Amino acid sequence: MRRAVLTTASTSALVVLLLSLKPHHPAALPAAAPEPSPTGTRHPGARPADGTYTGSPIPTRYGTVQVAATLKGGRLTAVKVLQVPSDNGRDQEIAGYAVPRLTQEALSVHGAAIDAVSGASYTSAGYIQSLQSALDRAGA
Amino acid sequence: MPERQRAGLRHVEHVMGTVFSFDVRDPATPALETALGDAVAWLHHVDRVFSPYRPDSAVSRLARGTVRPDDCSAEVREVLDLCEAARHATDGWFSPVAGGVLDPSGLVKGWAVERAAQRLRAAGARHVCVNGGGDLRFSGGTAPGVPWRIGLAHPLRPDTLCAVVTGHDLAVATSGTAERGAHILDPHTGAPAHGPAAVTVVGRSLTMTDAYATAAFAMGAKAADWLESLPGHEALAVTADGGCWHTTGFPDCGTPLITGS
Repeated sequence: MRRAVLTTASTSALVVLLLSLKPHHPAALPAAAPEPSPTGTRHPGARPADGTYTGSPIPTRYGTVQVAATLKGGRLTAVKVLQVPSDNGRDQEIAGYAVPRLTQEALSVHGAAIDAVSGASYTSAGYIQSLQSALDRAGA
Repeated sequence: MPERQRAGLRHVEHVMGTVFSFDVRDPATPALETALGDAVAWLHHVDRVFSPYRPDSAVSRLARGTVRPDDCSAEVREVLDLCEAARHATDGWFSPVAGGVLDPSGLVKGWAVERAAQRLRAAGARHVCVNGGGDLRFSGGTAPGVPWRIGLAHPLRPDTLCAVVTGHDLAVATSGTAERGAHILDPHTGAPAHGPAAVTVVGRSLTMTDAYATAAFAMGAKAADWLESLPGHEALAVTADGGCWHTTGFPDCGTPLITGS
């Protein structure tokens, strides 16, 4: 089983969409993103402007990948894939298979386009301060 | 009640002492909205049947000995069987008995998430993520060909992720001390387990993946070898001193996942 997983993984076309983002307009991203505030307090002067930022096309060993990310209210609200390697039927087939991958970096929440968060169980009260809660608010 | 969204369905439900987050990326249809409502109602049903904090729940009555497993519904017997399977598979490191009292909660939540996701898939949803208090089951992706990206909360640094797991059809469960402190007991001694700060297990079904994460946390240092030998699962742990280890099956992990202080 383990050998099968490894073999599949090594030929996988899954790509990590953690790309440096380049803004459409001159409003530059701040060097350090503000820490998310657990109480929801806003820091209007310290967060990137709303808008859609297009990443540079990144060559990978499976082909070129490019994404655009939309920021609203300082939160990442959408990531659109502009370019993925898709002309290879085998890649498509393998991409449908479940292969977990890990990114290597320690990540700030603002730097990672994530869809959900796994962590030690939170209580109903603890949820309010959780990263998942922030994602739910951004997606609602 | 779930609200119609332009691109899909999102819903947050406080139940079972925690919060369940639903994220359906298929176009919202009346059938999916109905399925989401049914899944939410079913979670409340699970709480009524399995909560050890409700005196009238089947689990509480079983614990008091006023009913026997054979008197219980099929779903209760199914959960008891699954608990026994998990106890066997983990060499006793997962146990549905806490402090001498029946408490299958360590398996019920993952099982409930798994079943809730199944209900949505049965109604036609292909792109679904259900997060039950930090343990997830997802399928499909966020868009055609785009995998789900699941951040793993860093147990020692609030509001930071220690890694991201990507995939299309997986279960991700994390056990740790982040909010509740030392709440997992070593089933062999009854004392609080001193495991890693957090251990995340990735598999195909959240029912067993969640139980395995709980067992691995209780195992402590022994967990690394056990997880490495566990077929069909991968794992990552952050130790109490901020170090990190993971099974060899996670691709592209040639460099340390966590650097600096």
